[in-house]
Amino acid sequence: MELRKDYFADVRKDGLNEIGQPRPRLDSPGHVTGKTAYFADRNFPGMLHLKMVRSPHHHARIRSIDTSEAEKHPGVVRVLTAKDVPHNVYTILILIQVGPEDETVLADGKVRWKGEAVVAVLAETERAAQEAAAKVKVDYEVLPAVFDMEEALKPGAPLVNEYHGQNYYLYDSGECRKVRFGDVEAGFAQADHILEQSYQSSPIEHAPTETTGCVVAPEGNDRFTCYTNTQAMFFTLDNASIILQMPGSKLHFVGGTVGGGFGGKVDVIVEPIAILGAKLTGRPVSFVYSREEEMQISSPRAAEKIVIKDGVMKDGRIVARKVTGYTDAGAYSRHSPYGAQKGAAHYPGPYTIPNVWIDTYCVYTNRTPSSAMRGFGVTIGDFALEVQMDKLARLIGMDPLEFRFINAYRDGDMKAHRQPTEGAALIECMQEASRAANWPVAEKYMAMSSYRKGA
Amino acid sequence: MAIRRGRGVAAINYPTGMNLGGDPTQALVHSTPTGNFMVTLSSVDLGQGMKQIMAQICAETIGVPTDRVVVDTADTDTGPHCMGTFASRGTHRAGNAVIQAAKEARQVMLEVAAEELEVNASDLETDGQGNIQVKGAPQKSISIFDVALSAHFKRGRSISGRGMFLIPRSYPEKETGAMKPSTCYAHACTVAEVEVDDETGEVTVLTVKNVFEIGRALNPKMVEQQLVGGSWMGISHALYETTEPYYPNRDHGGTDFNQYLMPGPGDLAETEIIVLERPSADGPFGAKGPGEMCANPQIPAVANAVFDAVGVRIDTLPITPERILRALKARAAS
Repeated sequence: MELRKDYFADVRKDGLNEIGQPRPRLDSPGHVTGKTAYFADRNFPGMLHLKMVRSPHHHARIRSIDTSEAEKHPGVVRVLTAKDVPHNVYTILILIQVGPEDETVLADGKVRWKGEAVVAVLAETERAAQEAAAKVKVDYEVLPAVFDMEEALKPGAPLVNEYHGQNYYLYDSGECRKVRFGDVEAGFAQADHILEQSYQSSPIEHAPTETTGCVVAPEGNDRFTCYTNTQAMFFTLDNASIILQMPGSKLHFVGGTVGGGFGGKVDVIVEPIAILGAKLTGRPVSFVYSREEEMQISSPRAAEKIVIKDGVMKDGRIVARKVTGYTDAGAYSRHSPYGAQKGAAHYPGPYTIPNVWIDTYCVYTNRTPSSAMRGFGVTIGDFALEVQMDKLARLIGMDPLEFRFINAYRDGDMKAHRQPTEGAALIECMQEASRAANWPVAEKYMAMSSYRKGA
Repeated sequence: MAIRRGRGVAAINYPTGMNLGGDPTQALVHSTPTGNFMVTLSSVDLGQGMKQIMAQICAETIGVPTDRVVVDTADTDTGPHCMGTFASRGTHRAGNAVIQAAKEARQVMLEVAAEELEVNASDLETDGQGNIQVKGAPQKSISIFDVALSAHFKRGRSISGRGMFLIPRSYPEKETGAMKPSTCYAHACTVAEVEVDDETGEVTVLTVKNVFEIGRALNPKMVEQQLVGGSWMGISHALYETTEPYYPNRDHGGTDFNQYLMPGPGDLAETEIIVLERPSADGPFGAKGPGEMCANPQIPAVANAVFDAVGVRIDTLPITPERILRALKARAAS
């Protein structure tokens, strides 16, 4: 790595004692010698193991659940169903007043994706819990499922989630989050060329070294200590408090040493049911995802479909950009309504375009609920935007890097969501990339600056 | 049939923080009787080094070496609230809270030192080595060890501080989408070089040259670890990863690391990282959040390089050999 201190030296104070110094990490020796304690290193006498009975269907009505054989299985201590969960229908963003509550801790009457949790089994060993889970009998009436976002949005498509009533998230702005800036149709009318292209991604797994999980210990004082690898301590505690209808003062969360998150540990999935198990049995409970659960059950990065329509001039100026983005939330919201909204604010990318129209949709389908992941709402958008930029440059016969200089945002430029640009540095990054990659651009671009006089 | 070479570029920006319900984080700082400093938080270290960087921020602000600071985090019985470690917000939000708390603690520390030295607190400075001295007269000094002892046992002062950083909630305007969803933006430009085998569709990423602008490299070695890892993840997203290879078909999802494809050490490209620092107005010592953005520009840069190499556009991620071969076949047929 090379620090190029010559850029922005006039606005930066170097020479501090501790900041800017490559101090060795104090936690590294523990990590590399195996001495660091993670949540799963907690092992309490009498600890029970929790395993989930999961839906084998993408969409089905539950006619009945028979747990009698599972309860008789040697080593089984308790079997939990929806009726055991005090506030079974929840949504994590309700803490910041983003509803509706649309997801069940344990399925009640219906499953909406393959892998959905239906029954929780608590047993003396992981093996006993697994074997007993296989003995739970669930009678399903399979329902038509919808997997494709465009199909899901058509009239008459199977309804994925009754708590929404339609297969998209209803924002206060309607069926999508909108950004309107300038007059996009006038922009297209004046453009020398129009290019409309469609981009698509597939769900992606966070693939942390350490799978999602927690260990819960009942304390002698009517409190519960939850050792967890969540990325958000109070977010998880406060949601657990709602789901369990238990005062937050009864809950003590301990974490902060996590074997990789990447956004995969911001959902509140394992903690509430494990705490409930500890409460109902009076014993410590461990609930840790297997690698298979981490890959196919825990939320992935959403698949996205992005349609970009651009109007561009022969001289390289983009004069209009219309983006329609679709985020595949799967069966439940989790953080996806926020991800789609974040996308709306991110478009049209780091470029100054006078006429912009953005619609971003959060769509429900019968698949594993997606949620946050590194670059949430932006990563796939950047793929689409930057491939589109390459296509536009070639369309008008311009060097792709020079084309970006022409449109790059600079200090003071108004963004489509009506925030003035501050602290821009796109131009300088491209200038340095031009040098480092030996990709020459015209001298006038190398002389540009993100600064504007007076800005 | 041949191995064909191409290169592609991408340039991006990335917002720091989330703003749906407001974006708050708090911190507490206090000294021990012997002048070490405890930072208490509920932020989570995901392995990226959150604790280390909070220690350096506290140390710089108070004016002591980093090894005099201990970070106690993610215990909800002791640590004040943090939204969580996500949205590139950890260093920025918690760092600002730590600075505010450390400034308050530093002020008390200087007041106690001033009483011991019989001077005005405003005339004092720290030497960064664990001592407080009179500006312009460094021979008149006292160790922070002695100041802390005095505060605890003689002066009855608590050398401590409270820090709070809050970005207030932004409600998007319904019709125009006017909103303030985040604060400072980090930037990047990546150039990727690839080889594509037009017989097998296999892509080899030869080099990625990444330029990242991150506000301020608070600890350059830790910046490097995060940016190199991110660059690798971007390549992985571009060419390999998905839980549903035939999305929207739900079948064939990988369930372990044999089936879920990621590049191994032998697949890593030659990676160059160049860092620019334009300090942000609201960041701790100017830092922005580079944690997420560093994994983004490689994806389109590789996609554009594949087109440059073989002349077909793969607009669906991941860019698998199968998709490349199908596109080459379709082009040959048309």
